[in-house]
Amino acid sequence: MRHSRLSRTALWLWVAAVLFFLFAPILTIVLFGFDKSNVETWPIQHWTLHWYSVAWNDPQVRSAFALSIKAAVASTSLSILLGSMAAFGVHKARFFGRDSISLLLILPLALPGIITGVALNSAFQWAGITLSVWTIIVGHTTFCIVVIYNNVLARLRRTSSTLLEASADLGASSVQTFRLVTLPTIATALVSGALLAFALSFDEVIVTTFTAGAQNTLPIWIFGAIRLGQQLPEVNVVVTMVVLLMFIPILIAARLTGSDNFAPRVAATRKVTTAP
Amino acid sequence: MTTSVDPSTKSGGPRALHSSALARSRWRTAFLLSPPLLWFLVIYLSSLVLMLITSFWSVNNFTSQITHQLTGSNFAQISAGAYPTIILRTFLLAALVTVTDAVVAFPFAYVMARLAGKRAQRLLLGAVLLPLWASYLAKVYAWISILEKGGALNWTFSKLGLPDPNLGFTNGAMWIAFCYIWLPYMIVPIYGALERIPSSLLDASADLGGSSWSTFRRVLLPLALPGLLAGSIFTFSLTLGDYVTPLLIGGSNSTLIGNAIYENLLNGGNLPLAAALSIVPIVIMVVYLTIAKRLGAFEAL
Repeated sequence: MRHSRLSRTALWLWVAAVLFFLFAPILTIVLFGFDKSNVETWPIQHWTLHWYSVAWNDPQVRSAFALSIKAAVASTSLSILLGSMAAFGVHKARFFGRDSISLLLILPLALPGIITGVALNSAFQWAGITLSVWTIIVGHTTFCIVVIYNNVLARLRRTSSTLLEASADLGASSVQTFRLVTLPTIATALVSGALLAFALSFDEVIVTTFTAGAQNTLPIWIFGAIRLGQQLPEVNVVVTMVVLLMFIPILIAARLTGSDNFAPRVAATRKVTTAP
Repeated sequence: MTTSVDPSTKSGGPRALHSSALARSRWRTAFLLSPPLLWFLVIYLSSLVLMLITSFWSVNNFTSQITHQLTGSNFAQISAGAYPTIILRTFLLAALVTVTDAVVAFPFAYVMARLAGKRAQRLLLGAVLLPLWASYLAKVYAWISILEKGGALNWTFSKLGLPDPNLGFTNGAMWIAFCYIWLPYMIVPIYGALERIPSSLLDASADLGGSSWSTFRRVLLPLALPGLLAGSIFTFSLTLGDYVTPLLIGGSNSTLIGNAIYENLLNGGNLPLAAALSIVPIVIMVVYLTIAKRLGAFEAL
């Protein structure tokens, strides 16, 4: 499409405004973490690092953090196992209802989270299972599986089967082929999927509320603190740390598969556009 | 006939080999698929079914125990009193958030996909994905800080000589927070759809005399529709089931279906009523997904 100078400027101004809208709130929260005052008022008058030491030394925050890490690591590990099995199973096979599996796996993310929460809660109540760290892990795994599944399946679909055939032709056993050819090909997709699943679990609050008993994960602690209006300066700090902690795995994941996910498609589009 | 080889034995070998390989691959598929499918069947689907059944149970008022006897009383309760208003409010808010995000996201995604250079494209994509992965509660809390009385919004308005908007803890605050939190979920699929449109199509439309507007309306928009719908599934579904944002940033009139479920289950101890209320967003989403699927949204997911 041809664009006049005016419409180009308008579109780029829109982009600038949206970028401001996307980043200003996150920046605000980071800045408030350094606000000396107990009561938040904009603009910030005096600065301090005090709340960082308060949060660091808070035993409640520490135990919530530990539980969140535990739940995220366990549910990510389970998701890696189940998600990649599902991806390998669906990739090679041609059978009736193949598409339904993708739909089934994405359902916990496509349906509102509260549904998963209430459903699991009613099942646990019915079965007489006490809510614990295990019930949290079960809930998180259920919606994390699809992240691994999607990542691995996408990679498998892009990998040429001739690689595997070549390996077999050269005399490799199927175990060798898996270890030397398949695993290296899907490794980055698997790691990036795992990092996304970790971040998803680490930040989850909607389902967790219904699957956690008396114990707090970090998001549940934050939720409670905001709701009761208590320890708010500390909340700023904790929330900033959560954002930072999530950005690290996300950035690594993007580095691992970012170019892989987008570059070929971009290149393909460019090719179409430059063709005579 | 001694020199000729029986055709059946000749082709029998490979066919036998083929069928045994097929059987092996079937076993392999079954082995790989059973653990994840069992997990979903035993834990997820059976929980959903149990929730459906629970919605027809009731709670004994005296013992607060669940009575395992089928009754429609929960659904009768939902269709009266404050619940229809809550359901309607949730539905309208989800629709409003979806439309707002679509309008905000489309030009942004368009610039990303069609105007930006390769480098800018990657930078913009990163700029959308980072907030998407920023902590959910951080984002809600950020808007509380901005919209409350002493927040940055009131400060900005007073600097401009305008009256205080005082948006904190209102339905307006809830709308802004939802639009903000789900915006990246809308931008990414629209970008994906727009990026795949070959420029030659848009050029052809222009060459054939289509104005920018008619190219947009008759070429760009229909081709971007699957992306738009895919994004709307997220924005709509996520708003429909949320109870955290309304609880934290909403006001006294901000109760959504999610809050009603949360209250009944965790504070009221009425699991059957909570289960019945949970059926409402499911029904709405099933209808929505069916329509979206028919319009081709799943290819863009």
